[in-house]
Amino acid sequence: MRRQVLLGVAGVVALGLAWEGYKLLAPDDGVVVGELTVLPRTTDLAMPHLWDMAARALEPVNSATDALPLWVAVLVAAAFTLGVAAVGWVVGVVVGLATATVMQRFRTAESALLPWVVLSQTVPLIALAPLVRRWGSQLEIGAFDWQDWMSVAVIAAYLAFFPVSIGALRGLSSPDAVHLDLMRSYGVGWWRTYRSLRLPATVPHLIPALRLAAANAVIGTVVAEVSIGLRGGIGRMIVEFGASASADPAKQWSPIFGAVLVGLVAAGVCVLIARALARYRVSEVS
Amino acid sequence: MNTPAPTRPTAPSAGPADAPAATGTEAHAAPAVEVRGVTRRFSSRSGEVVALSDVDLTVRAGEFVSLIGPSGCGKSTLLRLIADLDEPTAGELAVFGRPPRVARQNHDFGIAFQQAGLLPWRSVRTNVELPLELHGAGRAARRARATELLEMVGLADFAQHLPHQLSGGMQQRVAIARALAERPSLLLMDEPFGALDEMTREHVQTELLRLRAETGAAVVFVTHSIPEAVYLSDRVVVMSARPGQVREVVPVGLGAARDRSDDVREDDAFFDRVRAVREALHGTDGTTPRGVDRR
Repeated sequence: MRRQVLLGVAGVVALGLAWEGYKLLAPDDGVVVGELTVLPRTTDLAMPHLWDMAARALEPVNSATDALPLWVAVLVAAAFTLGVAAVGWVVGVVVGLATATVMQRFRTAESALLPWVVLSQTVPLIALAPLVRRWGSQLEIGAFDWQDWMSVAVIAAYLAFFPVSIGALRGLSSPDAVHLDLMRSYGVGWWRTYRSLRLPATVPHLIPALRLAAANAVIGTVVAEVSIGLRGGIGRMIVEFGASASADPAKQWSPIFGAVLVGLVAAGVCVLIARALARYRVSEVS
Repeated sequence: MNTPAPTRPTAPSAGPADAPAATGTEAHAAPAVEVRGVTRRFSSRSGEVVALSDVDLTVRAGEFVSLIGPSGCGKSTLLRLIADLDEPTAGELAVFGRPPRVARQNHDFGIAFQQAGLLPWRSVRTNVELPLELHGAGRAARRARATELLEMVGLADFAQHLPHQLSGGMQQRVAIARALAERPSLLLMDEPFGALDEMTREHVQTELLRLRAETGAAVVFVTHSIPEAVYLSDRVVVMSARPGQVREVVPVGLGAARDRSDDVREDDAFFDRVRAVREALHGTDGTTPRGVDRR
């Protein structure tokens, strides 16, 4: 455990040293072969010093009198993005599990659905985002009003459901013949077999799928925020600060670190889930 | 449960004539298992395989019957047909006078396979409780029964362990406890000790005899091992392969199987029966002098 922490810290330090080392040693215009730049420029504009990034994070976001410190603004945006990604993740996991269950239950459903599930992931996200937004805005159910953040969550869910449905389908089909025979000999129906045998047996296949789904949900949220133009999240912040990079090059790195943080928290939650389900992950016995 | 039944189960006249008197303690009007003219064919790409051909067999209530034969003789298929895990192509089966499907839904039998088949995420205790839980028994009742069964198979101290923390023999004992959970009058066992080493095997065999004596259940036991079949059974059904048929039924006659102990394994009568089964299995006509060779 302690060794793991040390290794993790060492990795981060090594990355920082590589950044500063390259900046120190490489020429300002980057490494150019013929006409081609093969390694990036090292000017303060392109590669600010790490300490400049840190110092900028402590200063206010802008010159307004009530401006928050940059790092606080980034944390608020990161929390917003994380929330939207979490909603997308949960929806994606539920839909993925449901899809897998239907496919496991009905052979024909598997042949009918699986190609579409795979095909769904080939649609480019950028093309999808405006479509989802337009469809959503036409939705009106009583007092319910479709919000832009819901469109973003839908896109996150769309990316998250795929690994879950594939992983869960494998898991639901994984019980041994002897266990299925046993359930049959007990004369219990599909639902009981599903709850007592298939679902628990799915866990070892589901954990890596949940991790992939979390990564997909975060990426989907950040990208969809940009392409839908949703304010308040880390994706929009990266684009906004990037626009002013020539004047304030260190500023845009804060939301980038914020996005990394969102990914880390999502991965951490998955570790906790895996730990809670550890009992279901013991190696199969005879 | 163990009160001797004054009325012996009335075996149907169709039962094998050379069978010893039934030793059942449960007064079931119908035999535990009745198989009449059962045939099972499997069709595959390479043609049709006849796994069982016109098999007749009767197992009385409380009787221990082993099925033995070369691989491919359909002994496991026959067990699966009795358990309603498969259906015959022709012929009829009855379990306590009812179709196997009804018997299965009534939880009339317990079953154990070569693999212990414990659910790896459940503790030993909750594995034993599984059938009770699935059939809606209350928590307290489940707990009490599991405690009783685990004591019976000598694993009370391991109730909270997970299956992978147990040896193969212990896992198999848990599986047997699970099969006995609902006090079935019939136990179906498909080579349950096949994967165990010889020492463990003899130990669990004796334990099975004791458990069966305590419960009075009839047992249909599929095995590869001749000594195992003889040691455990009231009758040994010897089968032949391609097509799977009953070649001979060998009565063991070592006294009631339930009263046997490990000493029986050293007994002359035991070796005599082992030889009888082997001869039936290998198709010798039994004219070789008896009592000379002891394997």
